[in-house]
Amino acid sequence: MGTILFLVVVVVLILWVVGAYNGLVALKNQTVNAWKQIDVQLKRRHDLIPNLVNTVKGSMNFEKDTLDAVVSARSRAMQSGAGGGMNVKETAAAEGALTGALGKLFVVMERYPDLKSSQNVRDLQEELSSTENKIAFARQFYNDTATNYNTKQQQFPTNLVAGLARAEIAELWEIEDKAERAVPTVDLSLQKPQG
Amino acid sequence: MTAGLNLFEQQARNRRLTVAWMVLFILFFAWLGFGGDLALYLAAAARTEGQVPYRFPWIGAVVTLIAAITAWVSWRKGPQQVLWSTGAREVTTPQSFEEKQFVDVVEEMAVATGLPKPKVYVIDDPDPNAFATGRDPPSACIAATTGLLAILNREELQAVVAHEMGHVRNFDVRLMTLIAALVGVIVVLSNGMGRMLRGGGGRGVGGLLGGRERKASGPLLIAAAVVFVLWVITLILAPFISRIMAMAVSRDREYLADATGAELTRNPAALVSALQKIETHEAPTTHIKEGAAHLCIADPLGRDVNTREGRLADLLATHPPMAMRITRLKGMAYQQLKAAGPAPTA
Repeated sequence: MGTILFLVVVVVLILWVVGAYNGLVALKNQTVNAWKQIDVQLKRRHDLIPNLVNTVKGSMNFEKDTLDAVVSARSRAMQSGAGGGMNVKETAAAEGALTGALGKLFVVMERYPDLKSSQNVRDLQEELSSTENKIAFARQFYNDTATNYNTKQQQFPTNLVAGLARAEIAELWEIEDKAERAVPTVDLSLQKPQG
Repeated sequence: MTAGLNLFEQQARNRRLTVAWMVLFILFFAWLGFGGDLALYLAAAARTEGQVPYRFPWIGAVVTLIAAITAWVSWRKGPQQVLWSTGAREVTTPQSFEEKQFVDVVEEMAVATGLPKPKVYVIDDPDPNAFATGRDPPSACIAATTGLLAILNREELQAVVAHEMGHVRNFDVRLMTLIAALVGVIVVLSNGMGRMLRGGGGRGVGGLLGGRERKASGPLLIAAAVVFVLWVITLILAPFISRIMAMAVSRDREYLADATGAELTRNPAALVSALQKIETHEAPTTHIKEGAAHLCIADPLGRDVNTREGRLADLLATHPPMAMRITRLKGMAYQQLKAAGPAPTA
């Protein structure tokens, strides 16, 4: 009787270790995959920027500084991502700078009504703001997945097999830019919006 | 009370409620299927001693089989039928700026969920509405009316698409297809049994229950009669009861999709203003039939019950009252602001 009980306990323990190990490996791969999704969107943005710069260059000749800032921020961001690895902090900083430069360009573009009303520019701007959103959502998804992974490997009793599964804390993508961090104002009044 | 919860607490609460409703639903269905068998078994046991001749629960087995087949067929064929019946056309290359924006927003939400990008459909209808369908996330489709694309701004459209993506991620299409199939089988069963009891079948059942045999023993026969009467009564009420339960699940999934949408965009306020715009435009969406109603952002039939609050509205609507949804979303927005610290100037 005693041996049977002992064997049952051992089998249950082994099953649990296998389950916990596989769970951690799955989460790790999900985190890596989520990071790759950010990469895809960042590449898309890098590809779109020359297009935008060329289109607006003619009508915005005297805003050369703003355009130069975007171009140089882009090349710096591309360099930091060239390694291919998961260098979260460096990529986050370079891409944050690019987001800031692009934001400034969009603000400046507001001052040129005929530029804004051009169909081509309108399409490009939609394309870019959609890409900006995708980057933000991919980042959010990565942070959620990474947090999930981190929590699992720190929580008892999964933390006991964390070493076995070679689990390491995944770095979150923090927002460096102060403008990005600002809390948006939310209208909680009961008024209906003008539609 | 529920308005004070943040979006993750609301999601957990809605999931628990759905599980509770599903358990009730299955128990109810099991009673409808096997209750008759129980009555027949008791009647048979009352008449004989030793081995009971009624060994296999025929009624329950047949009913379960029919339900399984119906559910499978509508799960395989349903999504295409829904799209076809609404006259939706797939957007592969956007024809206008609005369509381009719609496709972009769907792509954004797919990125936010980490799921494959659903197919995008547009319905030519001036009334603002949207729905999601598909068997599972890889085969999901999201459709919106041209009216919706016209009145919402980018953020609001994003919020509505996030709500639909919430339905996709939460497997609501699968759940609601299963429930619709169960309700359908229950209605057919109820009608069929009713006809049988009114007609010649009643005599046969009466013969089974009646104590014409010599060895009929009292208490068991009474139990059989009681079970039988209860079973018939529930059968008669079954279409009504099962619809009420189905609608309860549907409303839970709406709240859940609202909360999931808020999780994806982290912007509950945008869905609030989108819902308010849709509500002021509310008119029947002629292109969307009843079959897809439970997956829409707002009830396409524009029934009064969805806008009123109260007992009857609570029971029969596919969607919760707009005011309640808005209140809960505002609660989420408030919790978000509180978590973010004191607002600069709000």
